[in-house]
Amino acid sequence: MVAVSDIQVEAEFEDLSPKTTVMGMISLMFRKQPLGSFGAIIVIAMIFMAVFAEILTSIDPEDNNLENMLTAPGEMFFLGTDQFGRDLLTRIIYGARTALFVGFTCAIIGSSLGLVLGVASAYFGGMFDLIIQRVVDVIMAFPLIILALAVVATLGPGVENVIIAITIPFIPQCARVVRSNALAIREIPYIDAARALGFSHMRIIMRHMVPNVMAPFLIMLTSFLGQAILLEASLSYLGMGVQEPTAAWGLMLQGGAEEYAESAPWVAIWPGIAISLAVFGFNLFGDAVRDTLDPKLRSQ
Amino acid sequence: MIKYLIKRLMLLLPTLLGAAVLVFFLLRLVPGDVCEIRLAGTGLYADPAEIELCRKDLGLDQPMFVQFFQFLWGYVTFDLGKSMWTGAPITHEISLRFHLTLQVAIMSTVVAIIIAIPFGIISAVKQNTWIDYIVRWFSIAGIAMPSFWLGILIILGLLIGTQEVFGEPWMPPIEFKPIWEDPVWNISQLIWPAVATGYRYSAVATRMTRSALLEVLREDYVRTARAKGLVEKVIINRHALKNALLPVVTIISIEFAFLMGGLVVTEQVFNLNGLGRLFVESVGAQDFNMTQQLVMLVVLIFVMMNFFVDILYAWLDPRIRYS
Repeated sequence: MVAVSDIQVEAEFEDLSPKTTVMGMISLMFRKQPLGSFGAIIVIAMIFMAVFAEILTSIDPEDNNLENMLTAPGEMFFLGTDQFGRDLLTRIIYGARTALFVGFTCAIIGSSLGLVLGVASAYFGGMFDLIIQRVVDVIMAFPLIILALAVVATLGPGVENVIIAITIPFIPQCARVVRSNALAIREIPYIDAARALGFSHMRIIMRHMVPNVMAPFLIMLTSFLGQAILLEASLSYLGMGVQEPTAAWGLMLQGGAEEYAESAPWVAIWPGIAISLAVFGFNLFGDAVRDTLDPKLRSQ
Repeated sequence: MIKYLIKRLMLLLPTLLGAAVLVFFLLRLVPGDVCEIRLAGTGLYADPAEIELCRKDLGLDQPMFVQFFQFLWGYVTFDLGKSMWTGAPITHEISLRFHLTLQVAIMSTVVAIIIAIPFGIISAVKQNTWIDYIVRWFSIAGIAMPSFWLGILIILGLLIGTQEVFGEPWMPPIEFKPIWEDPVWNISQLIWPAVATGYRYSAVATRMTRSALLEVLREDYVRTARAKGLVEKVIINRHALKNALLPVVTIISIEFAFLMGGLVVTEQVFNLNGLGRLFVESVGAQDFNMTQQLVMLVVLIFVMMNFFVDILYAWLDPRIRYS
């Protein structure tokens, strides 16, 4: 037993040693979170694709080229072309832009609004808390895609409306988790101290409580990223999301992917791989963030 | 116990009422309705008088609160109204399709259980071996893969596979026949969507089974069972599994409720005329009556399922007693 605890202490000292370089930190991350690092690589690759889309490919993703309809993957078109002769690789690269834009916007707005609402609900308590929590109950009784479709039914399809449709169900989910953490923080004396000093509610919430619920907030935010990308793809697939001719992965699968399944299977395969890889990467990354920030949940 | 049940059931009412308010006013937040779509299509001109007439016909000209109370009153009189698009009674449209969606949902759940429980157990028992890693990757992939893409891949695989083996491609039948009429036809049509959704839903349950079993296997009573010389198989099947499956039951039941909604996408892929398809169509046509009734149906199933899980929990775990 003595030997074991000695080793642990040494390991901790190593972590604290000041001479860690960037490369050292990266290799430490790989050893501690191999799966999470793999996820991070996918995420970084996607961001790279989205940012440098124009440099990575010189073809216009929305340009129809009927001469090259449904060309098989080859030298000219690395992943083949779709029924309008558009290069699939190009559309997948530009699709990363759509997916990331929708994913990050929904996750950041949804979790931030949930954060403020959850903390405020815990801080004020009483009637305010009760009402907010009943509303949260109601919204959480809707399956994600049903609520999103109902919002699209009202607003109509299109990127902005899809973002709203996906963000709305995220807010109560985050608010619920943040609230339960904030309730514990509210009982800590420093909040009383802040109140005794006459700070405004706003200041106590934003400066004293919000920073202390950052861990659950970040966990929710990262877990929303993959969900949002998947949901956007599903909505676009149903024709209720991003509209043609914008490049979006879900939409690429809708655009006749089944019709040409036999003659041109590549149309149905690549966009699906892109969606799966992206969601996979974000989920792994999210799990790693959760494990790092919340040791209680650390997977065995 | 009876008192508790009634109290719990009464508590569901505010949630359902809230959902009704939310969905009703959400759908009417933005101008535009079924009449414009029906008469004007997309971008074409329609006679305003005709649109007015259509609105009057459907009761859309009345004040919103009056419409809302008619909507609520419908639940008291068991009259869910008519589809604004086809004019057929909503109960009729739903009952036509409910059977199909329910069957796919049940079959998907069965597929999910068949995958999740054995895999979860193997993965926990053989923790950190290559079997464990394969199972974990398999389940992570299930969460990441959109079920509609898996559906497309299955269709693709069927077409290409049957082409290779039998010389001509085979597709699952399109037309739906109830299982009591033609079981072979029915199963050969519905097994594919069930696998596509079931695999995805098994992923969460596999992970849950694994972690719950791992936790239970570390308990003192399992050590006692080992100490008294029980065979590992008996320890796992008789002692550990019973406790480990509690959270798994919860997950599977809650997912069943989500399935009813999640089938929206899968039905589209396999061309099944179920509730999900009806929902997408009603959203597209801005058929508010149909959309709100379908949403309410899903919400009702969801809250009832949660209620049912609570009761099941008390029944399965003697330590939990509601009063």
